Amino acid sequence: MNAPNLPTSLVDNPRLDRWIHFNPDRTVRVASGKVEIGQGVLTALSQIAADELDVPLDRVRLLSGDTDHGPDEMYTTSSLSIQMSGSSIRLVCAEVRAKALGRAALRLNCNPDDLTVVDGQFLQNGEATGQDYWTVAGEIDFSQAPTGEAKPKKADAYKIVGKDVPRLDLPAKVTGAAYVHDVLPRGVLHARTLRQPNPGATLASLDEAAIRRAAKGELQIVREANFVAFVSPVEGVAQAAAAAAPAHARWDNLRQLTPAHQEAAWLMGQPAEDRRIGAPPRTTAPNDLAQITVSRPYIAHASMGPSCALAEFRDGHLTVQSHGQGMHPLRKNLAAALGLPADSITAKHLHGPGCYGHNGADDAALDAALVAMRIPNRTIRLQWRREEEFGFEPVGPAMVVTLHVDLDGKGRPADWTTEIWSCTHVQRPGSGSGYLLATEALPNPPPEVKPTDPTEQRGGGGTRNAVPLYDVPSHRILHHLVQRGPVRTSALRGLGALPNVYAIEMMMDVLAARVGEDPVAYRLSILSEPRARRVVERIAAMSNWKARGPSGSGSGLGMAFARYKNMAAYCAVAAAVTVDEVVRVDRVWCVADAGLIVNPNGARNQLEGGIVQALSWTLKEQVRFDDRGIASLDWDGYPILRFSEVPEIEAELVDGGGNPTLGLGECSCGPTAAAVGNAVAHALGVRIHDMPLTRDRILKALA
Amino acid sequence: MTITFTLNGAAKSIDVPETTPLLEALRNHLGLMGTRYGCGLEQCGACMVLLDGEPVFACTRETGTVAGRSVTTIEGLGTADKLDPLQQAFLDEQAGQCGYCLSGIILSAKALLDRNPSPSRAEIVAALDRHLCRCGTHQRIIRAVERAAHTSQRGPA
Repeated sequence: MNAPNLPTSLVDNPRLDRWIHFNPDRTVRVASGKVEIGQGVLTALSQIAADELDVPLDRVRLLSGDTDHGPDEMYTTSSLSIQMSGSSIRLVCAEVRAKALGRAALRLNCNPDDLTVVDGQFLQNGEATGQDYWTVAGEIDFSQAPTGEAKPKKADAYKIVGKDVPRLDLPAKVTGAAYVHDVLPRGVLHARTLRQPNPGATLASLDEAAIRRAAKGELQIVREANFVAFVSPVEGVAQAAAAAAPAHARWDNLRQLTPAHQEAAWLMGQPAEDRRIGAPPRTTAPNDLAQITVSRPYIAHASMGPSCALAEFRDGHLTVQSHGQGMHPLRKNLAAALGLPADSITAKHLHGPGCYGHNGADDAALDAALVAMRIPNRTIRLQWRREEEFGFEPVGPAMVVTLHVDLDGKGRPADWTTEIWSCTHVQRPGSGSGYLLATEALPNPPPEVKPTDPTEQRGGGGTRNAVPLYDVPSHRILHHLVQRGPVRTSALRGLGALPNVYAIEMMMDVLAARVGEDPVAYRLSILSEPRARRVVERIAAMSNWKARGPSGSGSGLGMAFARYKNMAAYCAVAAAVTVDEVVRVDRVWCVADAGLIVNPNGARNQLEGGIVQALSWTLKEQVRFDDRGIASLDWDGYPILRFSEVPEIEAELVDGGGNPTLGLGECSCGPTAAAVGNAVAHALGVRIHDMPLTRDRILKALA
Repeated sequence: MTITFTLNGAAKSIDVPETTPLLEALRNHLGLMGTRYGCGLEQCGACMVLLDGEPVFACTRETGTVAGRSVTTIEGLGTADKLDPLQQAFLDEQAGQCGYCLSGIILSAKALLDRNPSPSRAEIVAALDRHLCRCGTHQRIIRAVERAAHTSQRGPA
């Protein structure tokens, strides 16, 4: 028999003890390289393990993001945690269960099939045998590689998977300490940084005396080339020093930006790597061409809490605690930046404020480590300032998307060209496309790298969701990967999916209008995929689409559909809006098909969160630049959707129908933006192509 | 200087400069980590605590100004083993994603419910509108406050 195709995670971590360990206190440690970033993944992975092992949930201790004991599963990204880590944990637990039952059967001189598992105990004919996981664990060789040959349970045998298990981490988060920020060991030193304004900028002078006067307390200043940190046993002193520092620092080689840089339109005409993907160039003249161009500006993660990390260098070993998205990659990147062997570094994940992609968490970890290396044997707690978080996190890239759709005699797409301008969507350190921020400030900064974008096989970056799921006979993408952006850009929830879905779904409404058909009916006429049709039909029912009123009344109803990455969850969204100088979103409906759902309540929470975040991006958000860099440095400069602006949301999951789990954490964002765009067009009778849909743009559209 | 005030129902004295932000006094001197730093600018509400029952931003509040007064933090409501009904309502509604904004929001909600035991949805929204939540959990948070109000209404008089 051929070995089954193992998930990448198991191939990369070929030891059972990287995944599972039976603790003496009759609990079981199950490990994942994926980490909690507010999406509830620890609870869902625990459910999978508990079901497969037949132990209650409270015996599962999920270890997550630990370089000493847990597996390397790269970063927690791309809505892949349940698919990747969940499937690996499921196989490992099934295999360990089979091995344990095999050992117990030998002891009991019976057939393993005669044994059942209840609460981790092995029963024979329903009777206790005295054997359980913990009695036989010592006889299992956990250094073996998982083979994936044990058959996991069938979905209809699940007792815990598929249930609304409450989030395991929430009680701590509504009662007190819960985050990396809250770890304050005795003797901790607090650190803040003075950031190099841009790569290449050099610190010409720093008036340390003036900073010390402003700090008003015990202060150490750590300087290494263009990296500066202020360290004090008193947090307020370090904070005061950092707040005062920019006024007392003089930099050379500052970048010079112009107002044009902050707009997406600036991207067009910049030097770019041009790729053509899909159908060959069209050689015939178009029959009936429809075109639109949409854009989205730079957007921010804008997490509620600033990046923070703890680091301690003791006896030649560096221990870092971080809320980054992947501890094994962080360890590698720290090793490279610090010149330490990777096995001299331990990186452990602790919870942090909401993470929606590549934010400042990894950078803060290097900042803390740099200070710890200079001040050994002390725990360094380094926290970014609010303005530092806004000013130096990698932002979601601006994009321009133009669609040229040639129509057949029935007004259906015959040939479709998508042209995309964007900076890179991934500058994760260690990926070959980016570095930890402070390395740019150290002596011998790394060379400038040629930007890359995730491959289409991995869902693409700027091209994410650029291929419509509709029946289009001929489709091509022209991707202009702009080589040098004005600021650092990287992965933010959904990458290019939001602007691409905005463009496609706006085009669908345009094409329906050209032939005088209802937008839902038009979509269904060119949508063969049954699972896609199902969510489109369902969203029409949920939103009472058939009662949709005439266009131009000031009230609008719009809908949109996409399958995230064209390979994850299917999602349709409808939005009802009222437009009176500003857009008010009154109600949002959402339906997703993500196959087997591990935790329905948690899944709906993700759909709802994606909707609100996308509404905020679509209606309000744009990162602003001044001549030196990012200038929207607080919540007044970067407003997000507030309680008084959040609509009622109804999110629904269709029955998974025995299909495997599909990632859904990012699936609602693109359809939400497009549904609102279409609803606004329905309300006004004119389309607004550029996000955010601000008052100025509405007034201009109506003028 | 020594500043004496009531913290979560018990008398407390701490020796810090009176200009020390209350947030720093609570976290770094008194070890109560549930009050969170978000922006330091009174713009996000992550640091909200109750001062004599009213929500105030701990990030900019000088500790000297709370002398002789009563401060309530999230730790003053309940513990994971013995939750306040309002905290329980947040768990019942699974009203959290990253959770970083929740302690401030729960305290503002507590102040609201203490003065208005059966607020309308609009009143809840108004009471929470100074708070930001980036994960988009707003609707569940509003439902949690409604649930807590409903529970206390049905509870023993």
